Amino acid sequence: MIISTPKGREELEALLAGYRTLFLVGCGACATVCKVGGEDEVFATQEWLEAGGREVVGSMVLKEACHVMRAARELRRYRSQVDEAEVLLVLSCGGGVQSISSCTDTRVLAGVDSLFLGNIRRFGEFEEKCSLCGECILNETAGICPVTNCPKGVLNGPCGGMEDGHCEVDAERDCIWAKIYRRLEKQQRLAAFDRVVEAKDWSKKFKPGRHQLARNPGSGVEK
Amino acid sequence: MSRLAEKLAQQQFVMTAEIAPPKGVDVTSALARAELLQTMDAINVTDNQGACMRMSPVALARLLIEQGYEPILQLTCRDRNRMALQSELLGAAALGIENLLLLTGDHPQFGDHKAARPVFDLDSVQLLKAVAQLQQGVDMAGKALNHPPRFFSGAAVAPAAEPQVLVLKKLAKKVACGAQFFQTQAVFKRSQLESFMASAGLFRTPVIMGVLLLKNLRMAEFLNRNIPGVQVPEDLLQRLEGAADPLAEGVKIAREMVVLAREFCQGVHLMTFGHEDLLPQILADPSV
Ligand code: SF4
Ligand code: SF4
Repeated sequence: MIISTPKGREELEALLAGYRTLFLVGCGACATVCKVGGEDEVFATQEWLEAGGREVVGSMVLKEACHVMRAARELRRYRSQVDEAEVLLVLSCGGGVQSISSCTDTRVLAGVDSLFLGNIRRFGEFEEKCSLCGECILNETAGICPVTNCPKGVLNGPCGGMEDGHCEVDAERDCIWAKIYRRLEKQQRLAAFDRVVEAKDWSKKFKPGRHQLARNPGSGVEK
Repeated sequence: MSRLAEKLAQQQFVMTAEIAPPKGVDVTSALARAELLQTMDAINVTDNQGACMRMSPVALARLLIEQGYEPILQLTCRDRNRMALQSELLGAAALGIENLLLLTGDHPQFGDHKAARPVFDLDSVQLLKAVAQLQQGVDMAGKALNHPPRFFSGAAVAPAAEPQVLVLKKLAKKVACGAQFFQTQAVFKRSQLESFMASAGLFRTPVIMGVLLLKNLRMAEFLNRNIPGVQVPEDLLQRLEGAADPLAEGVKIAREMVVLAREFCQGVHLMTFGHEDLLPQILADPSV
């Protein structure tokens, strides 16, 4: 899931300076779980805007703002309201904001900051586990990703900053290599630790990413 | 072959120390520091140490060569991707720099450019391997070089870091990837060094032990709190606390560590932080 956090009210205030009429867009997927762009937040934002003397001419919560065609279709249903607005404020990840900005010439403002692809630990607690590197090495690292969990993405064991098994960058956390080692030890696969890991092929993470399903996607085999 | 490499090959005890390039373009004080380190076999030139932006270490290393000193160029993976690292290395070789200390590097979070994008395209093991490959006349893309560089590649290790088994495994990888010598983080405890060298010694790769001059109790406590892989043990803290002249006590401790280095290692790397004038005392034979 995409983890995001709201931009501060002060920042929004500055962004909205000079605009009086707005259309608000939320998202029913990740942004709802992160409490940045669900029904509740869209409503709260509307109240805040109106209290500040602005007019919210309409609002909607898309099912998934990242779905480009569907977002465009849903937005069309609110055309007259959207046309009245000087600006659209979107409370979803940056992907969702761009679904919207691609289907209108009216200015579209992003109301949240997108952080990372995250797992949910428990309600309201998110952790980054995968940074989508394009070539997964989890099979060699006991199912723990050093590319993401090590702040330096070190691939060959702990850097000089490890102390008592903790990470120099965040002493609250384990050095991920100490963790990988412990798990490999339990699995009696320490040879996987000893091998020299080659430099990563970052061409696999070409930007902007593009991907098309194979002809018969149901077969489970890509490429 | 660099003088450092030659001395180590002849199993002579070596001494190194380090200087940081200036923040700015005036190298006068850096060169003045180098003069105080004349008796050292080689001088490390740090690379944006502590993730604080300074002059390129390649530039200062070259200036040291021109003054007759032998530099050890430190190179980290924090600020350069594999292309920049390789081209820096070729440039260094063309400028006569032979000794390298290849590091992963501190995270930008600790430095003065916290907003910088951390690169870490390679890690220290992969960088060592890249250097070895350049010396074979081939770059990381497999392309031939018109003339290969010659280097004496060093790597870092922290003997006091736990769990030690991980430290030793990483050290083994570094040796396998071409590390020809090690410089260590500061050591303060005989038993720790002993157990470390019992394993590290088996690789027959020279270890230059870090000796850090403790100026007072506050500094020791700061190191314990903030510098990973450095542990000043309780008895030394007490000695510093009880001493009438903590700096003199620090010199005494450093002298004892140099003795340890002579017993277990192939050299000593001295970190004196502005007290280079005390080096003769630290290096003096304690038995006389
Ligand atoms: S190696 Fe890590 S970042 Fe890459 S795909 Fe696997 S989990 Fe994601
Ligand atoms: S201490 Fe471990 S997790 Fe932290 S940066 Fe170093 S290798 Fe990565």
